[in-house]
Amino acid sequence: MKKFLSLALALAMTLAFAACGGNGGGQNDQPAGSQSAAGGDGSAAIKLGGVGPLTGGAAIYGNAAKAGAEIAVEEINALGGLQIELRYEDDAHDPEKSVNAYNTLKDWGMQVFLGSVTSGPGAATAAESNADHMFYLTPSASSTDVIGGVANPLTGSVDIQRRDNVFQMCFVDPNQGSASAQYISDNQLGSKIAVIYKNDDIYSTGIYNSFAAKAEELGLSIVSTTTFTTDSQTDFSVQINDAKNNGADLVYLPTYYDANALILTQANAAGYNPKYFGVDGMDGILAVKGFDTSLAEGVMLLTPFNADAEDEATQSFVAKYQEKCGETPNQFAADAYDCVYAVYSALKDEDVSSSTSASDMCDLLISKFTSMTFNGLTGESMTWSAEGAVTKAPKGMYIENGAYVGMD
Amino acid sequence: MLIFLNHLINGISLGSVYAIIALGYTMVYGIAKMLNFAHGDVIMVGAYICFFAVSSYNLPPLAGVLLAVVACTALGIVIERLAYKPLRQASSLAVLITAIGVSYFLQNGAQLLWSSNIKMFPSFFTGRPIELFGGELKITVTTIVTVAACIVIMLALTWFTGRTRMGKAMRACSEDKGAAQLMGINVNATISMTFAIGSALAAIAGVLFCSAYPNLTPTTGSMPGIKAFTAAVFGGIGSIPGALLGGILLGVIEILASAYISTQLSNAIVFAVLIVVLLVRPTGLLGKQIREKV
Repeated sequence: MKKFLSLALALAMTLAFAACGGNGGGQNDQPAGSQSAAGGDGSAAIKLGGVGPLTGGAAIYGNAAKAGAEIAVEEINALGGLQIELRYEDDAHDPEKSVNAYNTLKDWGMQVFLGSVTSGPGAATAAESNADHMFYLTPSASSTDVIGGVANPLTGSVDIQRRDNVFQMCFVDPNQGSASAQYISDNQLGSKIAVIYKNDDIYSTGIYNSFAAKAEELGLSIVSTTTFTTDSQTDFSVQINDAKNNGADLVYLPTYYDANALILTQANAAGYNPKYFGVDGMDGILAVKGFDTSLAEGVMLLTPFNADAEDEATQSFVAKYQEKCGETPNQFAADAYDCVYAVYSALKDEDVSSSTSASDMCDLLISKFTSMTFNGLTGESMTWSAEGAVTKAPKGMYIENGAYVGMD
Repeated sequence: MLIFLNHLINGISLGSVYAIIALGYTMVYGIAKMLNFAHGDVIMVGAYICFFAVSSYNLPPLAGVLLAVVACTALGIVIERLAYKPLRQASSLAVLITAIGVSYFLQNGAQLLWSSNIKMFPSFFTGRPIELFGGELKITVTTIVTVAACIVIMLALTWFTGRTRMGKAMRACSEDKGAAQLMGINVNATISMTFAIGSALAAIAGVLFCSAYPNLTPTTGSMPGIKAFTAAVFGGIGSIPGALLGGILLGVIEILASAYISTQLSNAIVFAVLIVVLLVRPTGLLGKQIREKV
């Protein structure tokens, strides 16, 4: 009896802890709902839902996307006209939780889905939403596994059929990989290239595969290819030594900035100072608290968004984001902001209301997205193909005196 | 040869970090006979406290470390009092699950307090690295400090548990709680003391770990915690010199495996070696062979 009692106690405690963790997310969610409800008259507002990691190791991406989308919704609701109600759910960067969160949003009456923020969960919710015929526009889940219908560059086979309801605001990964190889080749940035990528992450492997294929086509010499995983994302001495011993003068990093910050720090400590080339995941490295930004001096990256851009839209967005979150927005925030505006601009002159079914909304948005041109923070004259990938020009940037500067 | 030496030094540097965490694990297991899975997260809390003390309040690094030690000691005692003490008579499974709960609680609490954005831990040991073979081989000051700290802590713990009154009380508790109580030892106070020491070690480990690998996030402690647990089992859980040996070996195997076999398979190889060791020596390298009485 006593044993049973203590076991029950232990269970209760564990549950209590879980509830505490859950509460954190709940508190985060609160302002979003109340703000949008206050913004317009709730009854006519169309319901947008999003899922992202608001807690856990990838929370920085989900929270940035959520804040970016909230700013867009506040602006749109202040305009009058079409009103939007926004709700974000947490998936802790876990595919299973992402599907649960998607179902929660569906029960809430979501009409348009702003996708999962990260790729792994994104692929899971994309399959669900495809079965439901729910329009899906992701800000940042860039893997081809999300939109489907793209052949694997190494095997040439299409593993996942095209999901016609899914569109991306970010570059699809192969484009990033081949664009970087093209950029490196065109500008002769390095004669011997080392690649360090994260092989348990579809984002990183997707970019690497297309980079490797394009590099071979262009005759770039890759002298060192090493990998790491989430579990071994601590010590990079082997990868750095391999690049160094093979005489690489350019290191290509198709990885997120958290790992990149470590790689740069450890390479510097090992006395190895090559040129670095990153992709959109490199964005954010300058905002890492305590990071010695002098190490990132000269780092090149392809990114769709530059928080230091002079144009009025970017400046206004950055100011609002800083007021809201106390930090400079990264590309995830800008992509999510663009997502809301893209949906808004597709729907504002249409006869839609809170009673339009998600399926009708999906048909309408698919036809709109494949025909419209959209100007946003992350690109001018963006268009979408029926394949779901966005066409916009990646901006080549490099870091000078702790700030991004355009390469061209 | 030079490259091999370089990998070896990197391995020792990584291993010494595992070892210092493993010492805390093994200490608590050896005395209280429970796996404190929240140990890795106490490390994270210690690192955060030191980070904020130094970067936000401009305290000198040593004061930051001391503050982290004091705070983690208090945290360890509170966790023990609230989460583990009520379960003293419960099955070890209940305690294990509670420890996992505490681990999640600390991770999510840290995220609520300090957000999930990564912070780069400042390097305290800025001295020039020791250069050998004309600069081809570098040993950083962080590595030297970590290895030295490991050895000092190991010797201190061995002396403490072997020679002092409190240490003897701890060993008595670990052998037989009931008998220890009959001999006039305050079992609860002794176990609280064990947690206090384990958590103080966690704070030091946190600072050293983040000095070597400066990414600080609320989940920073979880993977090194698991690796250090593996190291403790590898060396023989409950054995203090075993934790040091297990940690260093684990680090060296991990680095050499990723350097010479595959960066993709390094973790798999580490755990394969662990399995082999446990098959040959079920109590770990330096673990005591205890025959179960039937």
